[in-house]
Amino acid sequence: MTLIILLGGFAAGLLGALTGLGGGMIIVPLLSIGLGVNLRYAIGASLISIIATSSGAAAAYVREGFTNIRIGMFLEIATTIGALIGAFIAGLVSTTFIALVFAAVLTYSAYLSLRPRVEHVSVADSHSWSRALRLDGTYPTPEGEQAYGVQRVGTGFSLMLVAGTLSGLLGIGSGAVKVLAMDQAMRLPFKVSTTTSNFMIGVTAAASAGVYLRRGYIDPGLSFPVVLGVLAGSFVGSRLLTRAHPRRLRQIFAVVVLLLALEMVYKALTGSL
Amino acid sequence: MSRSWNDLDIARYVSAILRGGLLLSAVITALGGVLYLMRHSGDTVAYRTFVGEPPHLRSVVGIVQGAARGDAPAIIQFGLLLLIATPIARVALALLGFYLERDRRYVAISAVVLIILVLSLLGRV
Repeated sequence: MTLIILLGGFAAGLLGALTGLGGGMIIVPLLSIGLGVNLRYAIGASLISIIATSSGAAAAYVREGFTNIRIGMFLEIATTIGALIGAFIAGLVSTTFIALVFAAVLTYSAYLSLRPRVEHVSVADSHSWSRALRLDGTYPTPEGEQAYGVQRVGTGFSLMLVAGTLSGLLGIGSGAVKVLAMDQAMRLPFKVSTTTSNFMIGVTAAASAGVYLRRGYIDPGLSFPVVLGVLAGSFVGSRLLTRAHPRRLRQIFAVVVLLLALEMVYKALTGSL
Repeated sequence: MSRSWNDLDIARYVSAILRGGLLLSAVITALGGVLYLMRHSGDTVAYRTFVGEPPHLRSVVGIVQGAARGDAPAIIQFGLLLLIATPIARVALALLGFYLERDRRYVAISAVVLIILVLSLLGRV
């Protein structure tokens, strides 16, 4: 059993790193649908493993200068409050309800991963909050340091509250909602939004993981193979990334995620979850 | 703003603490995992129904005491606790960095995040 979980975690970590969409959306359905693990334990183990992958990836990105620590820290107020709300809701509702919300988020993520991402970078006329909070920054490009401004800070902050709530309820990184907030609303460059979102996932997941741990949702015998497997998988995945085809992988990811969503709805409605 | 301390220093230290915390917790978790498999591999596991963990594997104090006794599940739990503590330490470190930069606004922002994180781990929700 432990070996199967370890391999499953490895596969989830690998796919998460290669598609850049995070392992949580794979690991929770894998454990619950695939291996018959109770959804609450599955979410607990997933939260722990996304802290691990986020910390590993963030350590590299922060040093390379892509991550905007100020934006991250400011938005973490929203994601951590959201995470506590999500963890609180998780304790009140049935696993059927959680599974249905999960399926909806999976479907939405599949849709987002197929749509082309449009980059809007703004240099001038930042939002007034951005100036007050010194959110504007620069990031390295092949042509040297590139400056960028930040728009609609309030909208971004509100969306992050939603992202945090989903993270605490479902045990995922909510990458899809974060992309919406940072690409669409705040208009950050891709490299900055992706790496800053990743940077925030660890702190967000830590907020809900604390609550999950105290509630007894985090099982050591289940969690250790999941964490170590996901960590190994994402490490290998990040090494393979230069040779992979992200577009094709995203298409595969979207199909896998849609199938998982259907299976989840079916299992939730027949009460076998 | 002080020239001797800037955002790049914060980035460097944050990166180091994330890497160090991750490495330490992975080693301890793996160690606990090996012990667990040696002692409990014959146990039948029932993850299908949710029962919840026993109290000593739910609280920081219980986990630390159990790990000190050499209890395998508690050692794993201690490794996972270190993992949860890694982003918390990262926030605390950034707070210190912003303080050294004399950026009061960001000291306050970091403090709010830190308080939320500590409450989630030690509170009674």
